[in-house]
Amino acid sequence: MESQTHKEGSNTILTLSGEIDFHVSPKVREAVLAGLDEGQNLLVDLSGVSYIDSSGIASLVEGFQHAKGKSLSFALLGVRDGVMSVLKLTRLDKVFPMFDSVEAATAANK
Amino acid sequence: MTQATSGNAVIEVENLVAGYGDRTVLNGITLSVDSGEIRVIMGGSGSGKTTLLRSLLGLKEIAAGSIHLLGKKFHYGYPKHMSEVRRQMGVAFQGGALFGSMTVGENIRLPLREHTRLDENTMRIMTRIKLELVNLAGFEDLMPSELSGGMIKRAALARAIILDPKLLFFDEPSAGLDPITSAELDELILRVRDATKTTIVVVTHELESALKIADRITVLGKGEVLMTGTVEEIRNSDDSRIQDMLNRRPREEDQDPEEYLRRLTTMQH
Repeated sequence: MESQTHKEGSNTILTLSGEIDFHVSPKVREAVLAGLDEGQNLLVDLSGVSYIDSSGIASLVEGFQHAKGKSLSFALLGVRDGVMSVLKLTRLDKVFPMFDSVEAATAANK
Repeated sequence: MTQATSGNAVIEVENLVAGYGDRTVLNGITLSVDSGEIRVIMGGSGSGKTTLLRSLLGLKEIAAGSIHLLGKKFHYGYPKHMSEVRRQMGVAFQGGALFGSMTVGENIRLPLREHTRLDENTMRIMTRIKLELVNLAGFEDLMPSELSGGMIKRAALARAIILDPKLLFFDEPSAGLDPITSAELDELILRVRDATKTTIVVVTHELESALKIADRITVLGKGEVLMTGTVEEIRNSDDSRIQDMLNRRPREEDQDPEEYLRRLTTMQH
């Protein structure tokens, strides 16, 4: 699992790739919380993530909650089918804002 | 009837022989379950289905034959190896098997504590996600003694799936449940499989549930596989033992009058 954070305008983008399971989800959790420490809206790019388990989902949920506490927005980008079905099963597909691109996410925040 | 493996088999049992002491219960069981399949194992009392389940779960040693889980041979009695395999398996036992001294939430978190080093926040959210899935949201601080039978089953299911296992086993999931709760549990089993593609093995004698949820059914009789087939194939079987099961006909005892007399009159020394 690879993770990389960079800033793009008013957004911080955390790009994750590979498979997220309970071995690596602590790193995801750290990266999400650290990403929010930058003080900007956080976009988590999951276009490179083929599989996520519930520990990974839980890390995203915690991140979302943390963002709300800091009055920052939190959204997912590029959610693939495999990840979407897990989000649907956990009914989080209605909770996380999801977009196909940074532009779409930014437009939604205006 | 044996099924050819499609190369996709996640459970492979070959010529399994198992029993208790001198008593052989399983006489050479061969079956395989494909990834994402819901396989129901049925059979009357004494057919060996519980022994089969226990062998698959590593709860008992086998006398002969082999078990492969997720492509790897399963060796009973090697703690580290068994622990690794068990991390990918979830089991919902018949009575729930929740620890009475812990809350529902703590029970569900146990496999997380045993197999992972996840943060408390993460574990709490995961627990609640699973409770929501089994319709037990808000019940995490209750003790098992405060739950109804159906709720205990659902809590046990939540614990069984907390690690998102690749293999999920149910031992008599409907036992003790009213028909509506049983039907709800069936729906839940189907939902979990459809969303997570987990392979599910259900040992049950509840015909209605079996016919509703099974992709394939393996019928055991007296320690042997009578048949493995789709619901349709099972229904159309001309094996009288299978038809008896489908029609809830009691077994006919083979009555050998001389044997019977001997059993009644032999003196023990």
